[in-house]
Amino acid sequence: MKILKWIIGLIIIAAFFYFNFFVYDGDLMLKFINVILFSSLLVLIRVIVGPTAADRIVSVDILGVLIIGLTALLSLYYDESFFIDVGLIWALLSLIATLAFSKILEGRQLDD
Amino acid sequence: MTDIIGIILICIGIAFDFLGVLGLVRLPDVYNRLQAATKCVTFGSMGILLGVIVMQGFTSFGFKALIGIVFIILSAPTAAHAVARAAHRSKIPLAKISVVDKYEEDKELKDETLKEEVEV
Repeated sequence: MKILKWIIGLIIIAAFFYFNFFVYDGDLMLKFINVILFSSLLVLIRVIVGPTAADRIVSVDILGVLIIGLTALLSLYYDESFFIDVGLIWALLSLIATLAFSKILEGRQLDD
Repeated sequence: MTDIIGIILICIGIAFDFLGVLGLVRLPDVYNRLQAATKCVTFGSMGILLGVIVMQGFTSFGFKALIGIVFIILSAPTAAHAVARAAHRSKIPLAKISVVDKYEEDKELKDETLKEEVEV
C-alpha cells in the first residue's frame, strides 16, 4: 500500500516535470510559474488532508511565502513592478493570520 | 551576464520551493513538516527575489524585492516559532519514530522547581 502511494506520487511529479519542461512550448518564466503553481497545489493537498489544525496553519503560512515568489516572477514576465506590492501585502496578512491562529490554538486570548 | 546569474538564482529558488513543499507533503509529523517547509520555502522565495534584484538592478523592481527579502527574513522565523510553540502546548503528539523531546523535559523540570519553591 505504501509502495503504491509512492509510485503514484512519483508518476504524477515526473509527468508534470516532463510535460512542463519538454512538451509545453512557452516562455521560460511561464515554466517557472507553472512549477510554483504545482507546488501551491501540493500545499492545498496538505491543507485538505492534514490531520491536525497545526498542519493547516503551517500550510497556509507556507502558501503566503510561495505567493511572494509567484508575484516576483509575474512582475518579471509582464515587466510591471506593482505585482511585488501585491505579494508583500499578501505576506503581511499571512503573517498576522498565522500569529492569531497560533495564539487561538494555544488557548490564549489575542491580547494576552 | 546579469540575466544569466539572475536566472541561475531563480532556478535555485524554484528548486528549494519545490523541495520544501515536497517535505511538507511527505514528512510524518507537524514539527518535521514545519522544519522542512519553513527553511526551504524561505530560502526559495529569497532566492527568487535575489534573482529579481540581480536581473533588474536598483530600479523600482530591485527596491521592492529588497523590502520583500527583509520582510521575509523577519517574519518567517517568527511565525514558525509561534506555530511550533502552540502545537506543542496544545498537546499534538510527536511521530512514533521520534527519539527525544527536550521541550517536554524542560517544562517538567520547571514545574518541579516551582513546586519546591512553593513548599519552601
